[in-house]
Amino acid sequence: MNARDALRSDPGEIARFDNVGLRYGPDCEVLSDISFTLYKGSFYFLTGASGAGKSSLLRLLYLAQRPSRGVIRLFGTDAITLPRARLPGFRRRLGVVFQDFRLVAHLSAFDNVALPLRVAGVPEREVARPVADMLEWVGLADRMGARPATLSGGEQQRVAIARAVVGRPDLLVADEPTGNVDPDMALKLLRLFESMNRLGTTIVVATHDIHMLQRVPESLIMRLDKGRLSDPTGALRYPPRRHEAGL
Amino acid sequence: MASRFDDRPSRLSPAAMRDEAPAAGDGRHRRVRLRLFRQAMEEAKLLPLSGLSGPMPLVVAVMVALTVIATAGGLALRNVASAASAQLHGGLTVQIVEAAPAARDEQAEGSVAVLRALPGITAVRRVPRAELDALIEPWLGSGPDDAAGVPVPDLIDARLVGPVTPARLADIGSELHRVAPAARIDAQAGWLRPVFDAIATLQWLAAALVLLLAAVLAATVLLGARIALGSHRGTIEIVHMLGGTDPQVARIVQRAIGIDAAVGGAVGMGLASLVIVGLGSRFAGLDAGLVSGGALHFGDWLVLLLVPFAGVALAMLTARVSVLSSLRAML
Repeated sequence: MNARDALRSDPGEIARFDNVGLRYGPDCEVLSDISFTLYKGSFYFLTGASGAGKSSLLRLLYLAQRPSRGVIRLFGTDAITLPRARLPGFRRRLGVVFQDFRLVAHLSAFDNVALPLRVAGVPEREVARPVADMLEWVGLADRMGARPATLSGGEQQRVAIARAVVGRPDLLVADEPTGNVDPDMALKLLRLFESMNRLGTTIVVATHDIHMLQRVPESLIMRLDKGRLSDPTGALRYPPRRHEAGL
Repeated sequence: MASRFDDRPSRLSPAAMRDEAPAAGDGRHRRVRLRLFRQAMEEAKLLPLSGLSGPMPLVVAVMVALTVIATAGGLALRNVASAASAQLHGGLTVQIVEAAPAARDEQAEGSVAVLRALPGITAVRRVPRAELDALIEPWLGSGPDDAAGVPVPDLIDARLVGPVTPARLADIGSELHRVAPAARIDAQAGWLRPVFDAIATLQWLAAALVLLLAAVLAATVLLGARIALGSHRGTIEIVHMLGGTDPQVARIVQRAIGIDAAVGGAVGMGLASLVIVGLGSRFAGLDAGLVSGGALHFGDWLVLLLVPFAGVALAMLTARVSVLSSLRAML
């Protein structure tokens, strides 16, 4: 990080979007003038109708795509100009729950959850316990050796969540994480996210589930409408400084 | 629940963040190597190996077999050339082309005496009449003699120290013509110059074939690597999203292709060895001087053994370059 970056970075800032736009090809923008700041230890819900651009916004957030315009800062660094070789280091600080799970078909549930740790070079003796704990947490202790094809949709989603959180990421991004699980499991997963949030992980959850929003009263809601972020009070762009208030 | 969650290990280490390789040194090389090996084994789990089920081992086997055979051909030709060259190097033939038997015999005896007296000549041998008869028997039938009206020249073989240069040939000629006006002198190597030229051409052809086959092998591996990359693109994207680096993914594909190439190379080497040994025994059966000089030596076999290793190295290098260039297209 250079001196200019240091001056512009807020110590509690995890991610900042400034006038970000995204277009696919020559069509009109799917995201326009997106500006917000995510702070460490905050819990965000991203809502909006289908096609509003939630998944596109999340893709920008978890560095799967570069925007067409605007500035994205992640962990205090300009993510747009970030050299490609440094991207893996940033991605290891992110946990992502994909809407379509994206489990590796030929790996067992255990090996799928262990993947982020192995990719990061964590010694094998330090892999087994957290992976087993996470699978037990999501209720799949007895399915550790099962391949994704033999798991139900809900089970696959739980494996995907376990994989996203096993490395204790700084920022957890979840795209409809409870879409395929029963209400009890959804509540349990929400509690898991809250536990992580209390430990300092910033959580961003894209969801349609209105009940979910009500269960986390301290959360901030980001509402996308036709590619634009609704922020009538400016709270997303200039949020209250929770970290400075000691919250 | 929360307490169990809290028990989980701390965040990934700063070294993991930077994707640093373990430092070697301080007498810990062995442990580092073991760790790298374990990591390599774990990385191997990220993508399934092509598992010898695809066409890659077969293609590599054929390519390696052809390359080894072409290389063996080139080496055998080189051996033929060098053996013939060693045999003919410094060789000199004197023909006494005289129709009258008595004069021919007299000039031949004189020539042998002059040659033996000259410095720089290590051996002089007058070819016996029986040997000459045997040489021309296939063309003229048995028992040709002067009475039949076919005068056969006398031949004298001589061996010089060093090569037979035109200047030396001229000096020896002038000495011989004093006692044998009918003497004709030829350097033995001169007779076979067109053969040597043809052998050199064949050697270049073999080298070109080896290069061509190496290029085809590289192209095949490139194709195989791209197919492997395409069929595992989903997995590769996941590994990328989880913080996997390009070299990590490249190593996985590289190892899979390397295993295929190693199996194919071993099979190809085995097949080629059978062909070479079979051909060698056939040619050895000919018992022809020039051909028998083309037998492969121990060193030649070592060179041939390098071919499959070079094939594996080429395959792995090609796979690595191909995968890395494909990955660069992804964010």
